[in-house]
Amino acid sequence: MNIAVCVKQVPDASEVKIDPETGTMKREGVPAILNPFDAYAVEEAVRIKEKVGGRVTALTMGPPQAAEVLRHVVAMGVDDVMLISDRAFAGADTWATTYTLGLGLKKLPSLDLVICGKQAIDGDTAQVGPGLAENLGMPFVAYVRKVVEISDTVVKVERLIEDGYEVVEVSLPAVMTVVKEINTPRMPSLKGKMKAKGLEILPVGAAALGALPENIGLAGSPTKVVKVFTPPPKGKREVIDGSPEEQAAKVVLKLRELKVI
Amino acid sequence: MGIIIKVDICTGCETCVSECPFGAIEMKDDAARVTEKCTLCGTCVDACPAYAIEIVDEPKAAPADLTAYKGVWVFAEQRGNKIVPVAYELLGEARRLSDALRTELSAVLFGTGMDENAKRLIEAGADKVYLYEDRLLDEFHEDAYADALSALITEHKPEIVLAGATSVGRAFVPIVATRIRTGLTADCTMLGMDLEKRMLLQTRPAFGGNIMATIVCPGHRPQMATVRPGVMKRLPPDPSRRGEIIRIKPAAPLSSKTRLIETIEEAGHRINISEAELIVSGGRGMGGDKGIALLHELADALGGVVGATRAAVDSGWLPYPHQIGQTGRTVSPKLYIACGISGAIQHLAGMQSSDIIIAINKDPDAPIFNVADYGIVGDVFTVLPQIIKKVKELRG
Repeated sequence: MNIAVCVKQVPDASEVKIDPETGTMKREGVPAILNPFDAYAVEEAVRIKEKVGGRVTALTMGPPQAAEVLRHVVAMGVDDVMLISDRAFAGADTWATTYTLGLGLKKLPSLDLVICGKQAIDGDTAQVGPGLAENLGMPFVAYVRKVVEISDTVVKVERLIEDGYEVVEVSLPAVMTVVKEINTPRMPSLKGKMKAKGLEILPVGAAALGALPENIGLAGSPTKVVKVFTPPPKGKREVIDGSPEEQAAKVVLKLRELKVI
Repeated sequence: MGIIIKVDICTGCETCVSECPFGAIEMKDDAARVTEKCTLCGTCVDACPAYAIEIVDEPKAAPADLTAYKGVWVFAEQRGNKIVPVAYELLGEARRLSDALRTELSAVLFGTGMDENAKRLIEAGADKVYLYEDRLLDEFHEDAYADALSALITEHKPEIVLAGATSVGRAFVPIVATRIRTGLTADCTMLGMDLEKRMLLQTRPAFGGNIMATIVCPGHRPQMATVRPGVMKRLPPDPSRRGEIIRIKPAAPLSSKTRLIETIEEAGHRINISEAELIVSGGRGMGGDKGIALLHELADALGGVVGATRAAVDSGWLPYPHQIGQTGRTVSPKLYIACGISGAIQHLAGMQSSDIIIAINKDPDAPIFNVADYGIVGDVFTVLPQIIKKVKELRG
């Protein structure tokens, strides 16, 4: 079975701090990591490979230093990698990203399954997974929390919905996005780390992919960011003090004012 | 020619500021900004480690005839023949937008046996309901939903399409936008309108809610967005409103490569926290099962549901569907009661668009108090039982 995983290098959210003076986000010196949701996708792909055989290829689109996340996933058991990197791709929104990653995926021979994390923690759009399915002409299933069974032609999964889950069968090849509940990603092995360290990762650019200039980067992106701002402070920050009993009484009063009771 | 610094990509590293030979770049709001001194020399383009700077040709006139697109659409999601609340909220918001644009508001409804639902959508603000009647659409299939909505958009050409940012909307609407080749903005919490350009201003949180970004789709139609449940306000239903129901009955039935085998609602406590109006949520400070029982007791007394932080879920106190935050669900209830929650950025990302936040924590410096409307510094094990007691007395 040929499985592809799409991964992204993102700023480590746990290292993002808020400047208490200005209330703005301090972005300097924040380390870049593998998008946490993508670790679940990589782990699931490697588990499926270990069960039924095959190869796992990881793709990423980003600046040259995004090669680091590819080394990380190789250390987790990924076999092949593709670094899609070119200045021409810069400024891509989800439409252009999807198109570009789609071209990369189409270079892989006889793909059976594409797995992505449910979203990236910097953009939080959750749009690239379903967009890839459309680009590849494959069916899509989102928010997978368990792969129940997989054969050459069909995969049976549990998909998370608002008030529970659904058991769904999807014919292969297919694209799926996975949630945190699906597995616990393994730590990179020493052997894997050695393999990753020696790996030569050459970027694949727009020309090699045969990308149309009008579909990539900023020019290929239908959406434009026109303004970025720090949200105004939210809470009223009113302190409710007194003994626990008095505090409780005041809260209940507020609940009545809010017509909760 | 012009120079663009993409503020959403700029990391604020200031490399360009020091590299610029003309001193033409300054920092503003943690992002670089080009001043009039710029000569378009391109030094910063090469220097930027984040590829956030570009020299571009002035945008050409949009090739597509944007004026051919008319009307505002709301995708009215149904689950088990029941319209989900966010659809009514979107109709309320879209009514405002379509009145400002002096255009029609239509709802799009999928499935069979939906006549009553269609009427409700008209009462909630729709002028028209496109009712796509196909049995396959009774339940959710990503591909069939995408085929149906794409076909309707291609035929009727709306200028704006909104859908709820639910597990359904966020799964299939991106397929539609990809196929139609238009922009889609995910999980918006604010919508505005540039009336002159008829451009939808779509504002959404990024970086876990630490920054907000306003996004437009200038050259493509329709302008598409998914919108977070619980943020927009629905209109009171008006039974006297009249509208038109347009039945779509295509020659060929839809097909799907997915097959729904069964739907399992999680037993026990109600857990649809995404659309809950009141959430009692607990973190590490709840200590274990005893603390979690208090959350359930208060939630039951107030008619709410129980949420949790990642720490509480990882400790095994509550299952994952309860998790709120960056790696869990995003919620915006009318009231959020945070108990024993310190307020890590990742948790705040999932709950800070709540209308009112009450926080109980024994650490007065806990970040949760920065987003709280009412803060109680105290021990959850003393304060919560008192609140529960008083609520129960009032409720009789």
